[in-house]
Amino acid sequence: MTCLTQRQAIGAQVMGRFIIRRVLQAIPLLFVISVIVFVLIMNMGDPLTSFAGRNGLVKGKDRERLIRQLGLDQPIYVQYLVWLVGNDWMKIDSDGDGVAESNGTRLGVLRGDLGTSVVTRQPVLQMIWERLPNTLILMLTSEAVIVVFALGLGITSALKQYSLYDNVFTGLSFVGYSMPVPLLALGLIYIFGVYLKRAGLPYFPTVGMFEPSVGKTWEQVVWHLVLPVATLSIISIAAYSRFIRSNMLEVIGQDYIRTARAKGLANRTITLKHALKNAALPIVTLVGLDLGFLLAGALVTETIFSWPGMGRLFYDHALKSDLPVLMGVLMLISISVVFFQLLTDITYTFLDPRIRYQ
Amino acid sequence: MAESSITLTSKTAQVLAREQEFARRKPRTLWSDAWNKFRRHRTAMLGVTILLLIIVAVLFGPFVYTRSAQKLDFASTSQAPSLEHPFGTNQLGQDQLARALNGGRISLAVGLMAMFVAIVLGILIGALAGFFGGRIDAWLMRLTELFLSLPVLPVLIMTIYLFRDPLRAAFGLQLGVFFLMVLLIGLFGWMTVARVVRASFLSLKEKEFVEAAYCLGVPTVSIIFRHILPNVLSPVIVSATLAVGAAIITESTLSFLGLGFPPDFPTWGRMLFDAQDYLSLSPYMAIIPGMLIFLTVLSINYVGDGLRDALDPRSLNHP
Repeated sequence: MTCLTQRQAIGAQVMGRFIIRRVLQAIPLLFVISVIVFVLIMNMGDPLTSFAGRNGLVKGKDRERLIRQLGLDQPIYVQYLVWLVGNDWMKIDSDGDGVAESNGTRLGVLRGDLGTSVVTRQPVLQMIWERLPNTLILMLTSEAVIVVFALGLGITSALKQYSLYDNVFTGLSFVGYSMPVPLLALGLIYIFGVYLKRAGLPYFPTVGMFEPSVGKTWEQVVWHLVLPVATLSIISIAAYSRFIRSNMLEVIGQDYIRTARAKGLANRTITLKHALKNAALPIVTLVGLDLGFLLAGALVTETIFSWPGMGRLFYDHALKSDLPVLMGVLMLISISVVFFQLLTDITYTFLDPRIRYQ
Repeated sequence: MAESSITLTSKTAQVLAREQEFARRKPRTLWSDAWNKFRRHRTAMLGVTILLLIIVAVLFGPFVYTRSAQKLDFASTSQAPSLEHPFGTNQLGQDQLARALNGGRISLAVGLMAMFVAIVLGILIGALAGFFGGRIDAWLMRLTELFLSLPVLPVLIMTIYLFRDPLRAAFGLQLGVFFLMVLLIGLFGWMTVARVVRASFLSLKEKEFVEAAYCLGVPTVSIIFRHILPNVLSPVIVSATLAVGAAIITESTLSFLGLGFPPDFPTWGRMLFDAQDYLSLSPYMAIIPGMLIFLTVLSINYVGDGLRDALDPRSLNHP
């Protein structure tokens, strides 16, 4: 008894140290990512071309003033510092007379200020906040569909290896895996949107989240989710289920499964309790990586189906060189990716003792 | 006595004959074994056939099918496939078959070259990390993780904006975009190769033949690239094949977003981009280039699958 608690205590200690080490590694990683992304984005284009909007280019005095107000005349490391910690604590020279007199207004990313969009003049955080739920609805639904179908298909086809079912499944998974997203999306739109509509049958909507005339009810959203979710799921189901199938085949061949069989356990118990546990383990890694990228949304799918999510936000504002928005979206994605990688690693060590004691 | 000596000589003759027979017979090599196994992989052979057909078509097609890919014809816009226009025409009346043949060259070339960039980078980084270990390994693997945790498509879009204009200025419109696509797709595709190569290097560098080479005074560069690298070739070949397919998909996605080649250089992805607004009017405009991308990538994936089985020494006896 004491021996067991002692071992648990050591285990917890090892885990604690492991978690702390990973967190400490994640912080510099995020820092490096933010520097790289910042330098890249600041060289991407002229934000003032978008700032001008319909009034044409900003020229002469106005341009100088705007550049000064946006802080674009500062060296890039100063711009980065302002972006990171804000400039409300330092005097800036806003009227260009060479004397820094007024305090800045920016709070910096570390205090939750992602800046202001040069296109809509809205705070970036607010724009992201508006898009985030839409993207999460789309991505979480897809992820759930992917995991359920991939597990089901992968396991059943592994259990019936080389049967007709398995062969058909393997063929189909190759087809799905080789499908470019645009083709799949356009194909689904044509068959379930255009063709069914033309044939006078009930058809699936292909644009947006809801019918503007009906309003944003949950039936509308679900109805509009079908085709984008199908687009996002089919390709991933194909890839994941192949992965699960090969994992399952490997596990089924192992000694402990033979032992379970030899001692007379029911096939169901062996598959669902003994084999699945180990075969599904690597899925944790895959899903963990996916969850990190969930916030990024699905750029292509969202664009094709006009889904107002993060991917489309990025794409639309990339076309307009809206640097603060791009920076904000990319940083948010990076943080979520790094966070979920951390979470995945920790979950994995909990689930797989072989790693914990290495 | 005499009898037994006769049988003895005839036996010797038999043995000699068999030995000569063996000597005449071509030696079985790793590659011939692999080819024998690959040949029996039906879907892989089908993939090779389709792939060869597509390659021959885009390489020599424009010489046989001489209709212009650029000529506008507003009298016959958005037509379905017909005898005159086997793939139909687009919204400007341009012949789609000519466009597909010309654009296919670029799509395939981008795929191949980007794969090359990715593989070279992956081998270099993986080999260095695996061979030297220690701090170099730690830093290079951190770099790999960094690249893996970047959202590929947004970062690609960003870098395209960043480098498009200088490269266009330096190499001209088409070549500039071509280099941009190849370099960027390659730059975001080396991570898996690097991991595979590193893992193999980690175990191989402890083997006796490396120690022997070391003792003979073989230079380190030579040990890495001439002694160890050939042993890693099979997984690299498989990932190289699959990387071509992945690169073609990425190129088509970027072109589909309007970020790739300009409309005068109709890659398959660009044709798909042009088609999306005419989906209900002329679906063929989307179906044909889409199917071309799909068929190419599917064939490549089947070839990769076949190569994986064929090059795996563990499956030697049961192909």
